[in-house]
Amino acid sequence: MEAVRFENVKYSYRGDEAFAVNGVSLSIEEGQFVAVLGRNGSGKSTLAKLINALLEPTSGRVTVFGMDTLDAKKTFEIRKSAGMVFQNPDNQTVASVVEDDIAFGPENIGVPREEIGRRIEFALDAVGMQAFRKATPSRLSGGQKQRVAIAGVLAILPRILILDESTAMLDPKGRREVMEVVKKLNREQKMTVLLITHFMDEALEAERAVVMHRGEVVMDGAPEEIFARSDELESYNLTLPRAAAVCKRLQREGMPVGNAFTAEELAEVLCASLQRG
Amino acid sequence: MRIVAKGLTYTYDPKSPFAAQALKGVDLTIEEGEFFGIIGHTGSGKSTFVQHLNALIRLTGGALKVGDYDLSDKKCRFIELRGKVGMVFQYPEYQLFAETVEKDVAFGLKNFRKGMREEEISAAVQEALETVGLNYAAVKDASPFELSGGQKRRVAIAGVIVTRPEVLILDEPAAGLDPLGKQELMQLLHSIHGSWCKTVIIVSHDMDEIAENCTRAAVFSEGRIAMEGTPAEIFRRADELLALGLDVPTTAKCAMLLRGRGIDIDTDFTCEDFAEKVLALWRAKEGGDA
Repeated sequence: MEAVRFENVKYSYRGDEAFAVNGVSLSIEEGQFVAVLGRNGSGKSTLAKLINALLEPTSGRVTVFGMDTLDAKKTFEIRKSAGMVFQNPDNQTVASVVEDDIAFGPENIGVPREEIGRRIEFALDAVGMQAFRKATPSRLSGGQKQRVAIAGVLAILPRILILDESTAMLDPKGRREVMEVVKKLNREQKMTVLLITHFMDEALEAERAVVMHRGEVVMDGAPEEIFARSDELESYNLTLPRAAAVCKRLQREGMPVGNAFTAEELAEVLCASLQRG
Repeated sequence: MRIVAKGLTYTYDPKSPFAAQALKGVDLTIEEGEFFGIIGHTGSGKSTFVQHLNALIRLTGGALKVGDYDLSDKKCRFIELRGKVGMVFQYPEYQLFAETVEKDVAFGLKNFRKGMREEEISAAVQEALETVGLNYAAVKDASPFELSGGQKRRVAIAGVIVTRPEVLILDEPAAGLDPLGKQELMQLLHSIHGSWCKTVIIVSHDMDEIAENCTRAAVFSEGRIAMEGTPAEIFRRADELLALGLDVPTTAKCAMLLRGRGIDIDTDFTCEDFAEKVLALWRAKEGGDA
């Protein structure tokens, strides 16, 4: 089933010709894990906000599970289907106790009390934060706060999870924690994931990567395939993962090495060519 | 200004149930002229340490000297020190507040250099904005909130360097920027470092950034210094860093894996140098085969 569909969508913040999203057509299947790459200001966050009707397209059409985001009667249903986690962990908690914070979303949409209890359990389990249910969010680490933010979104039972640079403010351990949770949700719950990121290694975890440049989708494919088109990627001012940059350099000097995207893969291909013969 | 810390200790909320000892005896010397990196995960004490350097946190245990300023001396001229040791916090753009870019950048200067004439202030603001790569005439009357994220960060940095600090400390200066934005910011720091700013200290989680930019670095762990040295010396101990729960640069991880398979690469772990050394090994092997 198609989770998200963009049909020639344009959006301008000031209502003029400066389109932040400029003619995007895109289809995302339910269960897909899609990374969105692009420079600051390339339109990534605008794209995300168009999905859950925080923004309405200036022209074109956005549908979420077939529901048009311009249809005011569907806004509520769309926002329940597509949950969003933002960048700053400190701006996304409302309560002083973790489980109350998670309950905030379902309480607002009128979920019955017993059902809220079940959803808190589910959400805490999903993000591995059971031990912190009575903790105060402000005393948690950045990675733990973002996991609570994700849990708060999960309690609405969304079918699409949108992460808008949700790991940008975290340390490497916090980033790993959040990425593990996201991958698990995608794998086990078949959650559709849209991950907006500047970290190329995170994009490698996705099954599909979309590159945005000046409001347009300019590349769309498997992450490995996109990183293999390095010249094109650089023309959009994006850099290769460092392992891939090393490979490219070696290939240019005539050394016969394959492509690699991670340190492990780089070690493999270097071993293969240095120990051959 | 040379920075010398000896046996530095610090406890947050002492005598309360939340008491937490953030520094447990830090000995560290940062020489004038260094581009120094500070590594460590959340809670390792690195932010507590850097906030001591311009007396945002007052010394409670141990000794600390920054140039001729002895921070254990209660009569130390702290205001003067803060004009010489500039601090750029994480996400400094959240601290912008004035109606115009010019007023925002001038704020620190007016506070540190009382009695400066208006035209001197304007000239200093213009120079600071141009140093960070912004066009003074184009941005001076704009609201800082109208600018893009990358521009906001530059304005915030301009507001600190406008006093021309001899030591500039930046906490995660490139966090949240796209890869090219990160590179541009690092180039900016190197250009400042080459002139009036003698020492730059960056706190970073990005090990590739440390490997590619710093002369030396220190690894903080549980309130102490776990390692100290050049990036090459530190990242050669990749296995220990991983054991501390820290990341290592892609090249260092790769070198570690290669060493495990009998291939030793002596590199400083920048991508450039790593590729050079791999090519040298390959050419030697090809030559040997021929």
